[in-house]
Amino acid sequence: MMGKAFAPHDSCNSCNLVPMSAFRQSVEAMIPALRRYARALARDADIADDLVQDTLVRALRSERLFLGGDVRSWLYTILTNLNKNRRRSLARRPQFMPLLDNNPDASGTEAEGRDIARALAGLVEEQRSVLLLVMLEGLSYREVAEIQGVPIGTVMSRLARARAHVKASLEGERTALRRVK
Amino acid sequence: MTDRNIPVTEDELHAYVDNELPAERRSDVEAWLDTHPDDAARVQSWRAMAEALHARYDSVIDEAVPKRLEIERLVRQPRKWVYGAMAATLAAFIVGGGVGWLARGAAASPSVFQTLTLDAIEAHRLYVVEVRHPVEVPGSERSHLQQWLTKRCGWVVRAPELAGAGLKLVGGRLLPGTGGPASFMMYESASGERFTIYTAKSDAEATQMRYAAEGRESTLFWADDGVIYAVVSTGVERGRLTQIAQAVYEQMEKKGG
Repeated sequence: MMGKAFAPHDSCNSCNLVPMSAFRQSVEAMIPALRRYARALARDADIADDLVQDTLVRALRSERLFLGGDVRSWLYTILTNLNKNRRRSLARRPQFMPLLDNNPDASGTEAEGRDIARALAGLVEEQRSVLLLVMLEGLSYREVAEIQGVPIGTVMSRLARARAHVKASLEGERTALRRVK
Repeated sequence: MTDRNIPVTEDELHAYVDNELPAERRSDVEAWLDTHPDDAARVQSWRAMAEALHARYDSVIDEAVPKRLEIERLVRQPRKWVYGAMAATLAAFIVGGGVGWLARGAAASPSVFQTLTLDAIEAHRLYVVEVRHPVEVPGSERSHLQQWLTKRCGWVVRAPELAGAGLKLVGGRLLPGTGGPASFMMYESASGERFTIYTAKSDAEATQMRYAAEGRESTLFWADDGVIYAVVSTGVERGRLTQIAQAVYEQMEKKGG
């Protein structure tokens, strides 16, 4: 799946505009993966795309400030920071859970998808971000440490706590279901 | 081979699953898992978790990218962030005033300082989360911003050049402070970290730089020439904050010429 996110983009071969810079091309190639990360991070699809849009605007605006290095890590860093800012502004508002989460007619796969989404929602911000960057986006511990601006040891302990929490959350739901039946 | 006798830690189990383990240790971990069913079950549950995540979210990769996220569309929007050398404007603007005060006000009442730094932190919290309206006057109008804030506050307000620390000026605003007006300026790094600089009238003529933290916000603040300066950040290492605050301090020092 990651391969797809990095597939070369050929949409400009057919257009008459000046070819995009290598920088913009590498930013564009990351959009699908950024959307996936944002969707898992923010749950709501519109909020997720807002985050991606703000990330892209910032990245393009800072093109001249970007002095080489890994565009991919840099974009994940911007998105992670933006989400942190956004969540802080929402911190005092009540959390709404979609009612449809409890739809009993859902098929097994859909139900599992909701289980994992709900388990993610129960994580604190930093842990959710580590879990997704490592397990979904396939980043190394070192890359995540740079993105979060913390030592690798902190990344590992956040990851361990996140996995324990998600595991308990998934198992808790299954136990609860069994008890009802 | 003696490695086999070293118990496998939980960190190593995670590193094993994430392919972060040194190659020479992998077979040790595999041997350990053969004889430790609880750990094997945990490793299995983490793998299942990764599969569930991909099953849930990989479909996003295949969705058509919405129009509003197209690069061509985004780059066509006017650039708001024009930054150039403002040194000439600054030099013309800053009036030489003797800043020869020694640190004679070091015994400033802590409560006044506490109020001022809390004001600075509150302003930081309120505005750094803003994506579209973080400031009243954008950084592209730096000289106007400085003149306006100086006029309204009654002391020299300048927006320091922090490009050397990877920060550019987002802009600034005028704020009501505890004892009168206050100035507020926001800076941003390429990765979206935001720092703010708050200035207000202070009882203390001059003090050394001090550190304070409140929740996830931390600030380095000092007084100079009867004005308090506070540099505020969120979740940033103290070393990084110190670097920024020193750059601000040095440029404020130079204002006297």
